Amino acid sequence: MSVPDRRPRGLLGGLADFLDDRTGYRAVLHEALYERVPGGARWRYVWGSTLVFAFMTQVITGLFLWASYSASAQTAWESVYYIQHEMTGGWLLRGIHHFMAQAMVVLLALHLLQVVIDGAYRAPREVNFWLGLVLMTLVLGMALTGYLLPWDQKGYWATIVATNLAGIVPGIGPALQQLVIGGTEYGHHTLTRFFALHAGFLPGALVLMLVVHLALFRKHGLHAKRPFTKPDALFWPDQVLKDAVAMLAVMAVVLGVILVPAIRAMVAGEPVHPGHLGAELGAPADPSLPYAAARPEWYFLFLFQFLKVFEGWGATGEFLGAIVVPGLIMGVMFLMPIVGRWNLGHRFNVAFTLGIIAGAGLLTALALHEDYYALWVDKASLAEAQKLFDETGGDEAKLAATLGGDEAKLAAIEKQWETLEKVRHSQAFLDASRQARLDAARAIELAGRPEKIPPAGMLELVRTDAQSQGPRLFAQHCASCHAHVDPRAPGAEAILAKSSAANLFEFGRASWMRGLLDPGQVAGPGYFGNTAHKGGDMVNFVKDDLTDADEWKRDDIEAVIAALSAEAGLADSGVPPAVLEKGRALVADGGRCGGCHTLGDNGTDLGSAPDLTGWGSREWLVGIITDPTHERFYGDSNDRMPSFGKAAEGAAPLLTPAQIGLLADWLRGQWYRP
Amino acid sequence: MADQFRDHRPSGDVRDRRGFLAGFLALACGGLATLAPLAAGLWAFLDPLRRKRGAASFLPVTELSAVPADGVPRQFAVIAERVDAWTGFAAEPIGAVYLRREKGSDTVEALSATCPHAGCFVEIEPTGRCFRCPCHSSEFTLDGGIVAPSPSPRPMDALECRVAKNGEIEVQWQKFRAGVAGKVVQ
Repeated sequence: MSVPDRRPRGLLGGLADFLDDRTGYRAVLHEALYERVPGGARWRYVWGSTLVFAFMTQVITGLFLWASYSASAQTAWESVYYIQHEMTGGWLLRGIHHFMAQAMVVLLALHLLQVVIDGAYRAPREVNFWLGLVLMTLVLGMALTGYLLPWDQKGYWATIVATNLAGIVPGIGPALQQLVIGGTEYGHHTLTRFFALHAGFLPGALVLMLVVHLALFRKHGLHAKRPFTKPDALFWPDQVLKDAVAMLAVMAVVLGVILVPAIRAMVAGEPVHPGHLGAELGAPADPSLPYAAARPEWYFLFLFQFLKVFEGWGATGEFLGAIVVPGLIMGVMFLMPIVGRWNLGHRFNVAFTLGIIAGAGLLTALALHEDYYALWVDKASLAEAQKLFDETGGDEAKLAATLGGDEAKLAAIEKQWETLEKVRHSQAFLDASRQARLDAARAIELAGRPEKIPPAGMLELVRTDAQSQGPRLFAQHCASCHAHVDPRAPGAEAILAKSSAANLFEFGRASWMRGLLDPGQVAGPGYFGNTAHKGGDMVNFVKDDLTDADEWKRDDIEAVIAALSAEAGLADSGVPPAVLEKGRALVADGGRCGGCHTLGDNGTDLGSAPDLTGWGSREWLVGIITDPTHERFYGDSNDRMPSFGKAAEGAAPLLTPAQIGLLADWLRGQWYRP
Repeated sequence: MADQFRDHRPSGDVRDRRGFLAGFLALACGGLATLAPLAAGLWAFLDPLRRKRGAASFLPVTELSAVPADGVPRQFAVIAERVDAWTGFAAEPIGAVYLRREKGSDTVEALSATCPHAGCFVEIEPTGRCFRCPCHSSEFTLDGGIVAPSPSPRPMDALECRVAKNGEIEVQWQKFRAGVAGKVVQ
């Protein structure tokens, strides 16, 4: 009971007395603030407080994010895009939430380390230690559930892995997985359930446990680390000061991570886009697309790497790596207060904790090393091995044959081939990561259109975007024959050599037409060289007729090039109309191109050569992709190109009209630009 | 304050019969009241367990000419209608398969692109010599067999595949449980 304070009271003092008499707050405050800290305030005690601070930050930022987030498969990515790129301060709010989550993982490790090393789990603090382990699991659960909420590719695929692993828990696994993803497919209910977990169930449980954890901590008092080098202190203000400085440091680090890219850009004199600061947002989740850049957040990389350790162990291995070993480790940690009763037991606990953290660190480093290997390997030293690999197709028998009897060299090259394989795998990851960033940037660009995102959501926009879909469709359906590469780029020659149809880079533009009408290129790999027409009429015309300076002046050829690329209807080239007129007349002339080619109503029938009316226009390209065997195009002299838009009786065509349209738009460079 | 209890125990002490009954009733009433919202919540929460996946249907994927008889697997999107809770989607890509035709054969083999290890999307290795999953590096031969040592518990899942007279290739789109040795429909 407090001693009544009989000093004369002013207005505030009177108010305080009134409140204290009704609520007893002074006693509570005294109890909270004036706890004794034996041995003085120390930095090693700050971690628990920084964790509470971090959690408070997450609650505050989380609530404000909640006021802007929408958890459904058609609105999640979209609402997060809005927060990040259009709301004032949204990028900062989201950035703090994202990076403070990562800071919490580090703080958890530090707090655990301090508690174990100082033996603060021993009687009577066992229950509190167990509560702490439960709290740690809850925090990690929140990190996992939060990662899905933007519904981007990286969150989506990471969740597929995590929920599939949950599915191999014995007995309840499949049911557990179905409950967590909301059915048999990933969709709306996966998001709503994960969000309910992330913002409701888990933080609710966490707060309850935290209250008990703190109450028990106060009940038992701080377990001070001996030897004492300083006199006892009080929690307030000495320990609170250290705690507060640590909190500020954590906040500064988080803000620094968010703002450093901005500061760097400002120093370099580059523009700063607030929307590109802080947490990144990947391309919208798409279950039908591969995502080779799939990785969990860095603090789960050790688990990811750990699964690879069990290669060759089959289902047992996966069960061991995902369920048993992590479970056993948690089990050992729960037993620490019991084991720690003996001195040797305590030393085991410390060694075990340090070992786990070191092991996790090592696995993380291994994961990063594997993924980024291609960046620090000296490719020049592998050049010979690469050449041999290309020549022999990686066949070791062929390699032995090529090298004759040189055993030492064979062993050396085979070892280098192993290195090359690691480089290939790493490069695949790096390429996929680069592509993922490009896809993300394009999605964000599209979302910022004046028309904004349609009600069906972002995927609809991405799937109808020629810039995104063109390369994929081309790679899948056209690239087995056609190249699409800048002939001046390094490595283009090798690609062109392998093609068996024209290079379609800049098709429709004057540059492409100029190459076709160049006697040095028309029979090359970029045009007819690898096709059935390499000795045909067009090639002969270019080589014989166009080189005849009496027949064709340079100006004439340029006029033809301008006129034909004008048929494509792409951007105005600035060529004077008179030149275009002259070019059209030359093309239509029955004694020149018009002898075989139709252009408008020049009197030439279709069938002897592709129609040049609207050459390179969207309509023309759609026509030739749909059916190159049509008399308007190559007719019976079509080489090997399939009719992508025409199908056999009752069957579906190889490509839908929408897909052909996307290809045509992409080839013509026609897509949304901000 | 303690003097009022000097002579007899206060009423409602659970150590006598009347007190015990009161205590029991209190717990029962409070328990039932609390149980109602919890039960309602759990009942709704368990809804997904009642929903079974529909019978796996054959979906048209592509046409025979798109799968040359050269033993090389090629990736195709699987297009189908889809229901996601309250939203009905018209035909859209829902996943992918690899189709392969042996040299000189007219039968097509279909492999699910979903890795049997943890569900990632399996890709063809850049050299084209095998399949490789980018997540945990499981490798599979071009016909789906495991390349040891791989973390995957079983080979890539083959899907039923048939070729219609007009050349259309249909695949029975199914999902299988990841992480187990047996090929169990999910």
